[in-house]
Amino acid sequence: MTNFADYKNLWVFLETAEGKAKSVGLELLNPGRRIADQLGCKLVAVLFGADNAEAEKAAAEYGADEIISVEGPDYAVYFTDAYAYGMHVLVEKYKPEIIFVGATNVGRDFAPRVSCRLKTGLTADCTSLDIDAETGNMAWTRPAFGGNLMATILCPDTRPQIGTVRPGVFKKAPPQPGRTVPIIKESIPVPQEEIKVELVESVKEIANELVKLEDAEIIVSGGRGVGGPEGFAPVRELANALGAAVGSSRAAVDAGWIPHAHQVGQTGKTVGPKVYIACGISGAIQHLAGMSGSDCIIAINKDPEAPIFKVADYGIVGDLFKVLPAMTKEVLRQKSE
Amino acid sequence: MNVVVCVKQVPDTTEIKIDPVTNTLMREGVPSILNTFDTYALEAALRLKDADKSTKVTVISMGLPKAKDVLKEALSVGADEAFLVSDRPFGGADTLATSYTLTRTIQFLEERKGEKFDIIFCGKQAIDGDTAQVGPEVAEHMGYAQVTYATEVELENGKAIVRKDTDDGYCVLAAQLPCVISVTKAPYELRFATIKGKLKANRTEIETLTNEVLQIEPDRIGLKGSPTKVKKSFTPELKKAGIVLSGDDPGAMGTKLVGMLRDAKVL
Repeated sequence: MTNFADYKNLWVFLETAEGKAKSVGLELLNPGRRIADQLGCKLVAVLFGADNAEAEKAAAEYGADEIISVEGPDYAVYFTDAYAYGMHVLVEKYKPEIIFVGATNVGRDFAPRVSCRLKTGLTADCTSLDIDAETGNMAWTRPAFGGNLMATILCPDTRPQIGTVRPGVFKKAPPQPGRTVPIIKESIPVPQEEIKVELVESVKEIANELVKLEDAEIIVSGGRGVGGPEGFAPVRELANALGAAVGSSRAAVDAGWIPHAHQVGQTGKTVGPKVYIACGISGAIQHLAGMSGSDCIIAINKDPEAPIFKVADYGIVGDLFKVLPAMTKEVLRQKSE
Repeated sequence: MNVVVCVKQVPDTTEIKIDPVTNTLMREGVPSILNTFDTYALEAALRLKDADKSTKVTVISMGLPKAKDVLKEALSVGADEAFLVSDRPFGGADTLATSYTLTRTIQFLEERKGEKFDIIFCGKQAIDGDTAQVGPEVAEHMGYAQVTYATEVELENGKAIVRKDTDDGYCVLAAQLPCVISVTKAPYELRFATIKGKLKANRTEIETLTNEVLQIEPDRIGLKGSPTKVKKSFTPELKKAGIVLSGDDPGAMGTKLVGMLRDAKVL
């Protein structure tokens, strides 16, 4: 039987890429802080990599109380087998009560492997995190049925309680430059027989874009209404003028107009920028599930009945091929003032 | 080569409407379909069969008796045999209990055949639950390698060479067999059932496996075997409509909007 009293503290798995902490982990330190304070426990950032110095610094500045840093060549890039092995060893040793993992492709590959090894519950793609007032368990709230329904899930009888949380839903806390916290260094070599997959090649398809979707403050997205791959030109021009990232709806990706890495929505990325400009996107619930956390939503669509207008703060009913160039021109004019 | 594809019958979530009065899900009249991602998993398996005719494709589904419909669909496009895992004690399962039940089913079939499955295919996620957990959890129960977000699968030198979507592009991985591959939407055409395929599917018997046959520990299945519990569910609120401009001059509206956004300090 699990002795609940043995399980303490809230962990945030800080996903890294090339030694840098990904945005989502730093975002999760923010709700992590709130819940750790509510429970009166420590907020611990857990990270794996070949060289964690930069990510450790970020974890301290964004509010972790403590850092568990696992360093070694086995963790240089993400591999399911290595990371699940390392995490399992850590959980057995330190016994956290709660673990947050970003719901990226990596997080959604990693978390179920870990939770299953621990025979505990995992709640996927949460968009809201609270403590259940009645029981003191984590209350994980997530969309289901393609975003048509929200469900609140508890994991009352096993520990740790684990959830993946959508990137972009929570905002990072303001950083505290120069803040330092205790760092526990661990080296957990992975036995050779654990590694069952090897990397043949890795290709970054959005390396040539100016800004990454997950980190962007402004996103300009195109949908079916752009009409073809060349229809993304005015979308890109406005994005460039604003220093924004380019997103898309599923329809445009399915049509082959833009790579999948740009897709926002239930089966793409979840984003929460300050400004989201949806161009020629009708606003299917699956798309809304990926962007409704944006601070300000702007919709441009020919169809006044498009559901996107129901969630928009600002909208224009009109032809995006006429609206966008005018917006780009005005943005550039204001910039030059 | 032996492969098994795990599939699920789901409500077509793109057809679900919210009752505007009660603000609840209207499930009546929503068609049940073969989970979209599972159609791609099945396609990936059938492509291995295209490349090597001796490949045998088995399909399993856990669900209600009517889930036989999606198994028939899989048979009609080229799967060789299909099994339904259905019994009252399996009901109410979360992903841990579901993945364990599927794992035990796979092991049961392996024992009966006296042969291992080389690859276990799953769809990336079911479009109703959207968890993407069952594939990796089956891999964990089996102690196998896993590749998620797969779009293409080939065999080379006794390994599965898998193209996988990553957060900023794609990568190619070589996985030891046996392994679990969960497949996302791929940019290739799905095959349709032929008349001959449909006739064959109608003739093929689909065996139902109950827990009397599978003999899984009762505390590892269904509600009992599920560490997560749904506390409540509700429909999401859409926020109120904002300012919408309409008129005859889209260019002028664009210019005006940028001005409004600047005044509101949005841009």
